[in-house]
Amino acid sequence: MTRLIPLREMILAGAILGLLLVIASRFSGFVAPGNLVNVFNDTAPLIILALGQMVVILTRCIDLSVAANLALTGMVCAMINVALPELPISVILVIAALLGALMGAINGLLVWKLAIPPIVVTLGTMTIFRGVIFLISNGKWVNSHEMSASFTGFPRAEILGLPVLSWTAVLAVLTFALMMARTPFGRSIFAVGGNPHAAVYTGINVGKTQCLAFVLSGALAGLTGYLWVARYAVAYVDIAGGFELEVVAACVIGGISIAGGVGSVAGAVLGALFLGVVKNALPVVNISPFWQLAISGSAILIAVAFNARAGRTKGRIILKSADTSS
Amino acid sequence: MSVFKKLIASAAVATAMFAGPALAQDNVRIALVVKALGIGFFEAAAEGAKEAAAELGNVEIIYTGPTDTTAEGQIEVINALIAQKVDAIAVSANDTDALVPALQRAMQRGITVISWDSGVAPEGRQLHLNPSSNPLIGNMIIKLAADHLPDGGDVAVLSATTTSTNQNIWIDEMTKVMGNYPGINLVSTVYGDDLADKSYREATGLMQSFPDLDAIIAPTSVGIVAAAQAVVDAGKVGEVNVTGLGLPSEMAGAIASGASQSFAIWNPIDLGYSATMLAYELSQNGAEATPGAEIPMGRLGSLTLNDNNEGAMADPFVYDASNIDQFKSIF
Repeated sequence: MTRLIPLREMILAGAILGLLLVIASRFSGFVAPGNLVNVFNDTAPLIILALGQMVVILTRCIDLSVAANLALTGMVCAMINVALPELPISVILVIAALLGALMGAINGLLVWKLAIPPIVVTLGTMTIFRGVIFLISNGKWVNSHEMSASFTGFPRAEILGLPVLSWTAVLAVLTFALMMARTPFGRSIFAVGGNPHAAVYTGINVGKTQCLAFVLSGALAGLTGYLWVARYAVAYVDIAGGFELEVVAACVIGGISIAGGVGSVAGAVLGALFLGVVKNALPVVNISPFWQLAISGSAILIAVAFNARAGRTKGRIILKSADTSS
Repeated sequence: MSVFKKLIASAAVATAMFAGPALAQDNVRIALVVKALGIGFFEAAAEGAKEAAAELGNVEIIYTGPTDTTAEGQIEVINALIAQKVDAIAVSANDTDALVPALQRAMQRGITVISWDSGVAPEGRQLHLNPSSNPLIGNMIIKLAADHLPDGGDVAVLSATTTSTNQNIWIDEMTKVMGNYPGINLVSTVYGDDLADKSYREATGLMQSFPDLDAIIAPTSVGIVAAAQAVVDAGKVGEVNVTGLGLPSEMAGAIASGASQSFAIWNPIDLGYSATMLAYELSQNGAEATPGAEIPMGRLGSLTLNDNNEGAMADPFVYDASNIDQFKSIF
């Protein structure tokens, strides 16, 4: 078991390297260090959201509202910035994370207290959040010239050659690696997803753990909402449309089992990086745009098919052990 | 009795709608019916209509519309205008078909009816005024890039989706007239799917694939803003000029940063002006709205009607550092 999980991440890392080599053979500038930094920076929002989504999926739930949460928080941050240009960015960051967490808590409480299937809850809140953006903005855009320089400058500011946006992702990865491996909450997430009944016997509150997973995912989505709006210097109803599916795809490619309980931080990060490389490479390798959608779709399918094969034997083992234990 | 009640009602509506109800009966009354009140674009169109009225002298503009963008609201407004016996109605419709019966009733009472900006089905109006036409737009977007490249250069197009009808037609029209701009090479056409992040990524990709790129043409409002941001972030302001179609409010930042020298979109002031002029010509000067007819519209020349009695006003209007501040608060 323990040897199998690192192996899968090794294969994925190998696949990303192979992909980079293929791209380099067509466009050598892509693997220049400066460009790789740009690719990582562009993938940073996906990495952050994939970490949150990973926690949710591990507890046998799914959060389809992350992109709408991101867009709503981003719009609120932008509107706050327009109304109060002097407000420090640190306050905006706190507001973004809290607002995101609040929206995550709505999902979590509906799943926990009303026992509605997570996919239904988050499909509903996804639409509601988008609707709320329309209501508060009247469908209007917040444009770059209305935002303050510090608001749009924050994710771009460079520390040690890497923009703050990238550092946020690095920080999130380190925090999550620590949390999943070394804290009771992190371990209880695996327990809830792996075997909810057994988790109850060990004194873990399954619903509460799932709810907290949603709160965490929401907080990350909120934080990313500000970073996203500041990076692209525009906020409108449809930003990050369809991004939730990319986030789920990153998790699935990273080997996080949709059935819950199986996955790792490294997997989620590598899954996100894989998609990020594909998305950034397609525009420069001179492939017809009509093929691009089909190619990114195929890449996802191949990775998932591979993971499904790898996961199948493991699934049998879990079933067997569950049979013998009961 | 009921007729009397209706009169009272319409009089009440009329008084409510008029800012200053000074009704000089010998004036020609032209009603500018917009999609909804309080939208900057239409307020600007009303400015243009008043400019035309001042030029014509004996015209009074009734600027009106519903409070929200519904066809029902516009029908009520049109019925009130019929009751007031205005001379002409120029409407930007919320629905192509829903307004037809009300507008037909207006025409039966001898009221001139034209549509502008957003059209009405042919049976519900005498003519339709389009802000521009596909060939004019296609020519304008390449001209915007070429004007800043006197020695020629490489340009790329950042469009919406591969299936966006409007953008595909405009790009098609653009490639037809490329021969008129010697030295300008179209090196690539990419698609940002009208998503800010994908457009940004595609624009970044263009600058990497073509290090000598001189201009990015984005005939889509999401794409042009995202491309301008990508140029700023890549530190290529002054090297790569972003142009195309966008709204002044959304592009003000890009003009200020220098990422975009100029871009184009309809001018609502001109649109309101020419709609008023056309309505006046049809109503007062006996101009006939028939296919092939040329109807004068003041300082904007004349409108030539096609088989559907539609015509294109002018080239898209160019916005740059000199006029962006005037328009960015309008729309």
